[in-house]
Amino acid sequence: MARIGVFVCHCGENIARTVNCAKVAEEAAKMPGVVYALDYKYMCSDPGQEIILKAIKEHRLTSVVVAACSPHMHEKTFRGTASRGGLNPYMCEQANIREHCSWVHESIPEGTDKAIDIVRTLVAKVMRDQPLDVIKVPVTKRCMVIGGGIAGIQAALDVAAAGYEVVLVERQASIGGHMSQLSETFPTLDCSQCILTPRMVEVAQHPKIKLYTFSEVEAVSGYVGNFKVKIRRKARYVKEEVCIRCGLCTQKCPAKKIPNEFNCGLDNRTAIHVPFPQAVPNIPRIDRENCTWFQKGKCGVCKKICPVNAVDYEMEDKIVEEDIGAIVVATGYELYDIAGNDPNGLYSGYGEYGKGKYADVIDGLQFERLASASGPTGGEIRRPSDGKEPKTIAFLACIGSRDNQKGISFCSNICCMYLAKHAMLYEHKVHGGKGYIFYMDIRSGGKSYDEFVRRAVEEDHVCYVRGRVSKVYKRGDKIVLRGTDTLLGRPIELEADMVVLATAVTPSPGVEKLAQMLGIPYDKYKFLSEAHPKLRPVETVTAGIYLAGCCQGPKDIPLTVAQASGAASKVLALLSRSELEREPTVAKVDETTCVACWCCYEVCPYNAIEKKEIRDRKGNLIKMVANVNRGLCQGCGLCAATCRSGSIDLAGFNDEQLMAEIEALAQVR
Amino acid sequence: MTYAYYPGCSLEGTAGDYNESTQAVCRALGVPLKEVPDWVCCGTTPAHETNQLLVTSLGVKNLASARSVSDKVVVPCAACYNRLKSANYEISHDKALKAKALNAAEVSYDGDAQVLHVIELLVREIGLEKLKAAVKKPLKGLAVASYYGCLLVRPERIMKFDDAEDPQTMDQVVAAVGGDVVDWPGKVDCCGASAAIPHTETVLKQVNQILTDAKACGADVVAVACPLCQNNLDLRQLDIRKKIGKDHNIPILYITQLVGLALGLSASELALQKLVVDATPVLKAKGVL
Repeated sequence: MARIGVFVCHCGENIARTVNCAKVAEEAAKMPGVVYALDYKYMCSDPGQEIILKAIKEHRLTSVVVAACSPHMHEKTFRGTASRGGLNPYMCEQANIREHCSWVHESIPEGTDKAIDIVRTLVAKVMRDQPLDVIKVPVTKRCMVIGGGIAGIQAALDVAAAGYEVVLVERQASIGGHMSQLSETFPTLDCSQCILTPRMVEVAQHPKIKLYTFSEVEAVSGYVGNFKVKIRRKARYVKEEVCIRCGLCTQKCPAKKIPNEFNCGLDNRTAIHVPFPQAVPNIPRIDRENCTWFQKGKCGVCKKICPVNAVDYEMEDKIVEEDIGAIVVATGYELYDIAGNDPNGLYSGYGEYGKGKYADVIDGLQFERLASASGPTGGEIRRPSDGKEPKTIAFLACIGSRDNQKGISFCSNICCMYLAKHAMLYEHKVHGGKGYIFYMDIRSGGKSYDEFVRRAVEEDHVCYVRGRVSKVYKRGDKIVLRGTDTLLGRPIELEADMVVLATAVTPSPGVEKLAQMLGIPYDKYKFLSEAHPKLRPVETVTAGIYLAGCCQGPKDIPLTVAQASGAASKVLALLSRSELEREPTVAKVDETTCVACWCCYEVCPYNAIEKKEIRDRKGNLIKMVANVNRGLCQGCGLCAATCRSGSIDLAGFNDEQLMAEIEALAQVR
Repeated sequence: MTYAYYPGCSLEGTAGDYNESTQAVCRALGVPLKEVPDWVCCGTTPAHETNQLLVTSLGVKNLASARSVSDKVVVPCAACYNRLKSANYEISHDKALKAKALNAAEVSYDGDAQVLHVIELLVREIGLEKLKAAVKKPLKGLAVASYYGCLLVRPERIMKFDDAEDPQTMDQVVAAVGGDVVDWPGKVDCCGASAAIPHTETVLKQVNQILTDAKACGADVVAVACPLCQNNLDLRQLDIRKKIGKDHNIPILYITQLVGLALGLSASELALQKLVVDATPVLKAKGVL
């Protein structure tokens, strides 16, 4: 015989304002099966939980209903309490009388009546609850990191340092990401490559890290602790294990007029090329689209000249499969190309800044390459159109960012700081050069950041102009900017030699495809969503998948590295466990009545239904039935609702329980 | 195909030259235009500032009439073009307003009349290749600054005419008829039309800046596609001379007049005599006329 305890929470004023909690407890006490009912101000508090524990003992309760907030909030808490009291945790149910009742009603009589109804349905359900045991699943103690920028590098090194294997997958031919393109970094002005390349090398040499460059994740299946991943290793047309990195092929390749992506199109590269001198791995690849051999069937210079016969035109993409326990997504960002409209219609371009029209209007990353010692000018600031040293540069902040009209309302977070750095580097390199920064407001909230901006203003005399530039056009070989100085309250005109636009940070193209493959949500800008904006910033809502870096939102290097280490610590917490516990509220098939119609197989979104053979002792096939993989099943109940022979039930939500709830709700008061 | 033609009030008054040149160009290119029967005010300035239902009703009334002629209606005046296109937008985004407006205008109409500016007719319907082929006297050596103003390109989400900050469509027409395209900053600046009555100084200041920019970039003439812009840029040069002391003396021609010249039409067919700043000297000097 069930002995049910009902505990009604006031949630301070949250519930008690529109629900007479004492009345609810009083009515609950009269419900069939209920032997004890009580109301209390904060049921989730320590004394609140003590009340439940005491009641379980004193009244020999067999099950518990807590009428309080949403199960999302405190189901874990109260099931834990029930467990400590010696009950099976699944014998505890939570009646939501806050979100579903007190918050949406205004008068006490209405709220109270509804709360009583809700409690009655849960009492009816809990009476039919069966003890359930958590499902234990094994953990594959390997981690995959997607993206080899600073975020992915940091996460991979941290996980590998703890002794676990890491598979690092990078889409480009080298790891390093955008950080490898930067000149100096704020706020200390240390050289980006100097601090990054040792880490890149460490990744390549680490015995626990398996590096797949020029590779993409093709398919992901499975679940936390037990992912199966297919990775496409795109053909480089150069055998990695044979190449001796002599560089002859890249020197002799006759196709030399291809815009160099690493230098943001500021100079050219060959068709067979290494993305940049410090690339890891330092192995060339052939850019098929621009290679004379692949396009015209002639040439073959690289193959002829290679002393070790590493060039292989017949090479094909390879698919490799990896078993993975946890995944870190670190796919990074691209700068918003303001010269054109977004193909998806999400953003529109900015014709007024002349980007794409005037060679001397460049974006932030292009300026990084100009200022970098490894860049096309060897670190000298020369303008792209004629190679002259610019005497005046205008830097424009918030281009694309914070502009609802054009489709992006977010702040790109890094521009205020990197423009201060750009102007500073420029004035250090070009004596007598004058830098102007047009800004909306200055956001320099990081550690030592504001001091850095003040240094740009006070020591390097960068001229900050508060206001937007409305148009950019050419006058002779000068670029004229017209805009407003909103501090002086008057229109201004400035003649500059070069313009640098701090364009918005947007997620890497194609990230939404990856997100769909992984089953993780993203926002309207396609930044990947964290599980909770404050309390779970590196987790996603899908167990076992974590985020690091700009794929989650624009951020600078310190924040990216911190988040990557955070994600790594979550991965380690997962991998260090011998087995994982999963909710036992999963579907179960009654094999005696299953007719193998496979309707469940069709509807299951998680591929959790397997086709199982039932054989007799001699091994003859008797029949086929559906079987639920308890590791994959998420307990959504679609199969149970679809099953034509009524052979599937969802543990914790079976037909009998749901019917009892409906009957209780339909009772005439 | 026959296009419905909506001239609007300006083209029957101050912008008669725009009307004549548009019709002459269409005749020369073999594009039949049929005037929208019983057209009424497009609803610009007075109505659209004060009464949403009135302005949308005027729009659908005109569009329903146009629809009886053709599913494409050609509108030369930028203000009318803006208004009619907005009416289509409004009824497709507000079902309640649509029902009220149709009721008030006593018409049935489902937003299916496509509103085309004359420039769109030239570029997207007739096509630049065909236009090039029809050119008899290319505007060789004539530097043309295309001035779009505001109504043709804004608001971008409704007009979808071209990039609102750096439009190119009119420049493409100029290039197709052999003119020299001037890259200049004043393309979409405001001519000050809405301040014409309350604050004339603003108009003079705006126009002065626009004309200064055009000349500084080497323009011989300015091409326009809006009667209000033409009026301000052309007519105000007198006042600018008097009050600001700057003599621009730069002719302001409708784009259709320039196209007409290239097609070999005469000055009188294109009503060049109606311009305030005489275009004849520069056109003759460049051998266009």
